[in-house]
Amino acid sequence: MKIRNILILSAIAILLAAVSLWIGQWTYSWMPPQAAAESHLVDKLFSFLITLGAFIFLGVTGTLIYSAIFHRAEQYDTSDGPPIEGNITLEIVWTAIPVLLVFWIATYSYQIYEQMGIQGPMEAMHIHIPIGMRSASAAPINGDAGIVSASPTSSIVSTDATSNVIAFEDIEVNAKQWAWVFRYPEKGITSTELHLPVNHRIRLAMQSEDVLHGFYIPAFRVKQDIIPNRNIDFEFTPIRIGKYELTDSEFSGTYFATMRANVVVESPEDYKKWLAEAANRKPCTANNQAASEYAQESKELIKGWVTVAPAQAPVVNYSN
Amino acid sequence: MTNISVEDITGDAPQQEPRTDWKQYFSFSTDHKVIGIQYIVTAFILFLVGGIFAMIIRGELITPESDLVDRSVYNAMFTMHGTVMLFGWTFPILTGFANYFVPLMIGARDMAFPRLNAVAFWMIPIAAILLMASFFVPGGPAQAGWWSYPPVSLQNPTGNLINGEVIWLLAVAISGVSSIMGAINFVTTIVKMRAPGMTFFRTPIFVWNVFSAQIIQLFGLPVLTAGAVMLLLDLTVGTSFFDPTKGGDPVLFQHFFWFYSHPAVYVIILPVFGVFSEIFPVFARKPLFGYKIVAISSLLIAGVSGIVWVHHLYVSGTPGWMRLFFMLTTMFVSVPTGIKVFAWTATIWGGKLRFDTPMLFAFGALILFVFAGITGITLSSVPIDVHVNNTYYVVGHFHYVLYGTVTMGMFAAIYFWFPKMTGRMYYEGLGKLHFWLAFIGTNLNFFPMHPLGLQGMLRRVSSYAPEYEFWNIIASIGGFLLGVSTLPFILNMIGSWIHGEQAPKNPWRAIGLEWLVASPPPVENFEEIPVVVSEPYGYGKSEPLVAEH
Ligand code: HEM
Ligand SMILES: [Cu+2]
Ligand SMILES: [Cu+2]
Repeated sequence: MKIRNILILSAIAILLAAVSLWIGQWTYSWMPPQAAAESHLVDKLFSFLITLGAFIFLGVTGTLIYSAIFHRAEQYDTSDGPPIEGNITLEIVWTAIPVLLVFWIATYSYQIYEQMGIQGPMEAMHIHIPIGMRSASAAPINGDAGIVSASPTSSIVSTDATSNVIAFEDIEVNAKQWAWVFRYPEKGITSTELHLPVNHRIRLAMQSEDVLHGFYIPAFRVKQDIIPNRNIDFEFTPIRIGKYELTDSEFSGTYFATMRANVVVESPEDYKKWLAEAANRKPCTANNQAASEYAQESKELIKGWVTVAPAQAPVVNYSN
Repeated sequence: MTNISVEDITGDAPQQEPRTDWKQYFSFSTDHKVIGIQYIVTAFILFLVGGIFAMIIRGELITPESDLVDRSVYNAMFTMHGTVMLFGWTFPILTGFANYFVPLMIGARDMAFPRLNAVAFWMIPIAAILLMASFFVPGGPAQAGWWSYPPVSLQNPTGNLINGEVIWLLAVAISGVSSIMGAINFVTTIVKMRAPGMTFFRTPIFVWNVFSAQIIQLFGLPVLTAGAVMLLLDLTVGTSFFDPTKGGDPVLFQHFFWFYSHPAVYVIILPVFGVFSEIFPVFARKPLFGYKIVAISSLLIAGVSGIVWVHHLYVSGTPGWMRLFFMLTTMFVSVPTGIKVFAWTATIWGGKLRFDTPMLFAFGALILFVFAGITGITLSSVPIDVHVNNTYYVVGHFHYVLYGTVTMGMFAAIYFWFPKMTGRMYYEGLGKLHFWLAFIGTNLNFFPMHPLGLQGMLRRVSSYAPEYEFWNIIASIGGFLLGVSTLPFILNMIGSWIHGEQAPKNPWRAIGLEWLVASPPPVENFEEIPVVVSEPYGYGKSEPLVAEH
């Protein structure tokens, strides 16, 4: 290869790399707010994959479009192009590079996965130590222990490899067609709104009464299917105070789209206050969109068919 | 006389009149060419049906509220849309092209089992009519999505034995049996009936890809069929394979389903890769770069595709080691796929490019495929998939594959082989108009789904939070544009089939056995079975493809 060509190629590669890096940085703005420790990890990985992907996409389509512009046949030229049938070196290179890239991507994804400590259900069933995996704890959890022990609903259960204190907050999640109910076992509180203390490791015990549902909070980047007749344990760590949305992510029938709930992440003090307040409320029937739509004549232009009746609207201490 | 050079075609007088007997297309014909066209036309009609469902979906989603159709109707719409598009459009049209061109390309007079071939075809209209009939049973058609996961698919609110879900399962089973018959036929034909001299490494890539795809059908379909039968039993006679209330395991169904349905996407995409490999050399006037490695990649893809299905179950309660193992295998599919993409790019590079409609479609489809490949890699990574699984990000990804690559690739194939199949030329202007509407429409429709999914908008929802409205409006506009894009296509096909200019034997100056026979080919294809003496794609080499006789 001529020196000139090498220079041109390197210049193009550097330019592509710069553009790809820029696109990779841009990916952060495509995501919802980073409200859980997991979200930082996922977004970092996504940014990396898109950077790499952008480089490949721009490289390949750039080559194609360059050809489309500059390698056109003249109008009356019916001759053939050069009869190049292949090039062993090139073919080996473009097989080897993807193989290496696959290992790189897979290893990196694995590391992120480990740090997230997304647990498969059953794996950590009622074992109060994270097994082998470093949890995506909100870092740093500093001097939080005082608050933790003061709170009757949390307990210090383990330390992870980096010796951060992790406070587990156990909450039960019950999913049914089409409602979410959250139960705080220590105080026996039930709610249709999920309240969580910030910077605490949350551990959910999830169950479904009927069909598959999916627990998904986009701002947390976590998702897990809930399978009827099984206990699903699930963990994550909210790190940002605010109000988010929980949705059902596994299609669950007619009113699937209505199966949403608010998620309120608040300071441990506010959280305690909320618990105390909720404990004092009398249980009453919560609003349920599916149930009220089902009871009403449908308002759409095209009417539908008989459908599965929604389960009883939940009776809870706290609803919004 | 077979040396394909420029002089060669100038003397090419128009051949016989195209057969005017349209009735044969409604008969139980055993001619693979008639069956091929029967498949292609049936598939296209079903594409329009699936398209109408898509328009209703996009109409509902243009506003955040559920206000166009009832939620149960919406659920039926996306269920039927997915089902019709896959089992009615992509599978049949690919089978149609394989039927028409595999025997021609390998120098055979017909498929190995012509009667089986006809039976397999006629099961498709039956399955389609059955599926449409389910709109008229109490409770309406199936509403559990094309995955039909239990327990939702087992909930039968009307209590009737004949219900949409039962009919859906029967239709899918019929289509599955039809595909198994087809697979046996194709594999036998390709193994046994190649013309003398056509060794495996002289076989066109389209045939390699059909072969690989049909092997997948052979090992995968029995598993899906078993799963479907078990679901049917649960639904009708109350067995408890998948019903958790009776101790069944709903996740087991997901394994049955995806063990086949993931490889099924390669059944769909491989023949399209074949079409790319046929079209690029012709319109770049260069041999296919790295022919052998491209051929072998098809088999590799088919092989690896058998061990990736659990990537659809990352959040279904799958243990960690399984998540990681299947992440690695899934990523590995990108290696042989990447080889192909690079090979096509190198074929195009430095060629003498001509952008007739088939090339435009193939070229556009390749670009859209590269995009889909990038998002596909992100999906294979467990932590990312945990976030975007079941969101519009996935819907965007697979429509770049299914519309951007497969459907656009099929249009490329239709334009490319239309002269051969009908003996007429299509109208270039309408073809180009079709391309630009489809290319722009695809991007407007499916690109916005990526940001929507990243933001957390779920698939299969009939209403959504107002903050997702902007991108949904763009997507709906793109969707309607895609609807409009079929009009110039239909006009073109009907108009040119009736009035089009007579097509020569070989309008593209392409190399291949199918271009040596008349357009359309005579009933027996070849007067005398050709003897192949060189590799395909010898552009620029002026060597004969077959021996003189
Ligand atoms: C005008 C063209 C098209 C439009 C506007 C369109 C639109 C959509 C939309 C919006 C969904 C998501 C529905 C939902 O989750 O609620 C969907 C699902 C789907 N589409 Fe399309 N689509 C088009 C063409 C195609 C084609 C050509 C294919 C296949 C070859 C296809 C296959 C599917 C499948 C398999 C699903 C999944 C259905 C399910 O979730 O059960 N689509 N389509
Ligand atoms: Cu649900
Ligand atoms: Cu898959």
